[in-house]
Amino acid sequence: MTQLAEKPGGVVRVHRATGRAPSGRRRHHLTSTHGRIAWTFVTPFMIIFVLFTLIPAFMALGFSFTDIKASDVRNPFGVGFVYFDTFVKVLGNAGFQRSALNTLIYVVIGVPVTMVIAFLLALVLDAGIRRLKGLFRALIYVPVIANVVAAAVIWQYAFTNQGPINSALSTLGITGPNWLSQPGTAVFVVLLLCIWRNIGTCMVLFLAGLQAVPEEVHEAASLDGAGYWRRVASMTVPLLQPTTLLVSVLMTVNFLNMFDEPFLVTNGGPLNSTRSIAQWVYEQFGYGNIAGSMAGSWVLLVIVLIIAFLQIRFLRSKA
Amino acid sequence: MITRRSPLVSGVLYLAIAVICALMLVPFALVFFGAFKSQGEFIADPGGWLPQSFTNVQNFVVLFVEKNFGTYMVNSIIVSVATVVANVLFSSMAGYALAKLEFRGKSLVFLAVMIAMTVPYVAIFVPQFLVIAQLGLINTHVGIILPMLVMPIAVFIMRQFALGVPDELIEAARIDGASEAGIFFRIFMPLLGPATATVAIFTFLSSWNYFLFPLVVAQTQNMYTLPVGLAIASQDSNTTNYGVLLAGSVVVLLPVLILFLFLQRYFIQGIATTGLK
Repeated sequence: MTQLAEKPGGVVRVHRATGRAPSGRRRHHLTSTHGRIAWTFVTPFMIIFVLFTLIPAFMALGFSFTDIKASDVRNPFGVGFVYFDTFVKVLGNAGFQRSALNTLIYVVIGVPVTMVIAFLLALVLDAGIRRLKGLFRALIYVPVIANVVAAAVIWQYAFTNQGPINSALSTLGITGPNWLSQPGTAVFVVLLLCIWRNIGTCMVLFLAGLQAVPEEVHEAASLDGAGYWRRVASMTVPLLQPTTLLVSVLMTVNFLNMFDEPFLVTNGGPLNSTRSIAQWVYEQFGYGNIAGSMAGSWVLLVIVLIIAFLQIRFLRSKA
Repeated sequence: MITRRSPLVSGVLYLAIAVICALMLVPFALVFFGAFKSQGEFIADPGGWLPQSFTNVQNFVVLFVEKNFGTYMVNSIIVSVATVVANVLFSSMAGYALAKLEFRGKSLVFLAVMIAMTVPYVAIFVPQFLVIAQLGLINTHVGIILPMLVMPIAVFIMRQFALGVPDELIEAARIDGASEAGIFFRIFMPLLGPATATVAIFTFLSSWNYFLFPLVVAQTQNMYTLPVGLAIASQDSNTTNYGVLLAGSVVVLLPVLILFLFLQRYFIQGIATTGLK
């Protein structure tokens, strides 16, 4: 092995030696070696995938049709099969419905706001300014890497009744609300955290997309007398379709799966106004309602898949 | 774009982007200011921004002496280092196979990568926990690390980079008779410098910031990672001392921020690579 590069002649022997057990059925000696080595290379990934994605996903689906409780976890295969009862219970549960409504609010407001801000920032950083682009890009990206627990602590502190935000507002002559104790403002605070955390990712993806748009397209259009916004609307936006699709699916999935932010900042309150589906799932698990928790997670999974599918269809059909 | 712009427009754009950057950074300013404020300062002036002195490290002392943050930090470092090492090795292996080798079941493996990247974490973490429980790994470091040993995103990033490695290089080595393992370790790995950096940083970021799963797997204080320890401390209503909590946030944020300062190119490359399929 140590002489691979220096002594090619010797290496052939090594190779023949490692290929010493040809499976025989394969047509090509080299391919059979490839197959084995390739599978050796992907095995660690596949083991983890099967163990921690595939099996859990099917376990969740399977147990959704049972009445598994916390006490059954040690012996999960003795539980009763209840068909769709658990799903019916979950979908009829007022707490679940409320969390579904909250999640819908997050997606409907959060995704477009995040994307529009990120897109405008990307436009400015792509062509609007000449200097310091790297610095600005990095600064806008910083929140993406911030730990969500730390961010939530900051948010809780910043939005306390007499906290820094309200103190800053009062210097402007505005009396700030008690942010975290009223449903409307609490949802706003949670959304703000999510938007803050997601803008950077969106912006970087838009920037990457913009850089792939050929310069000539813009030059030609401006020679034809198209103004800036006209060019953005009729050329940049359509040309960015694949990026927009990717970003919108990514963001929708992110906002649908929102867990950390409401869990940490408001713990679902006040009056259940911020609890997301994901948090509901987590809490039911904690209460020992494992079947309900898993059924809830599959409802979320199906919603995610349907929305991602619809978005792809919608954006493709517009193209 | 080549168009010339008036200085006024440029000035407005610079101002706008500077203001937005400042707004994005306000939370960081708040946490760094707050970490140096004493409990007395919070009570006297809850809305104040600046601390009386930046040399008051009392909050950090409380964290490490009374609040066990030293242990949490050691746990976070163990989890992160193990995750990074495993991901760099396993994802480059898988990425190489997916990009450069032909084998039966290849499209199936790639499909697995895509599925693993899309399945919402929330939908599987409860049964993931049950798997960990069946393996007898509750409240262990291994239990926290195992699901993150090879992150699909790392495999995907490696595959994207591997696609860019010229086939001729690998063919030439193959003709010279190098074994596939030899090609991988002696030719392919050395070419992957930037990809390795990107994967290392990305997986470090994920494992350092990992919250939900360690929260359920770590059940005693000596297993908590930093984010879990911070979350538990912040939910403890007896000690709503914002100074200590903000200092804890600084401890959680700082390593990643410092890393980002030096390596931001790779952070951003990671996200751009995964976006540009």
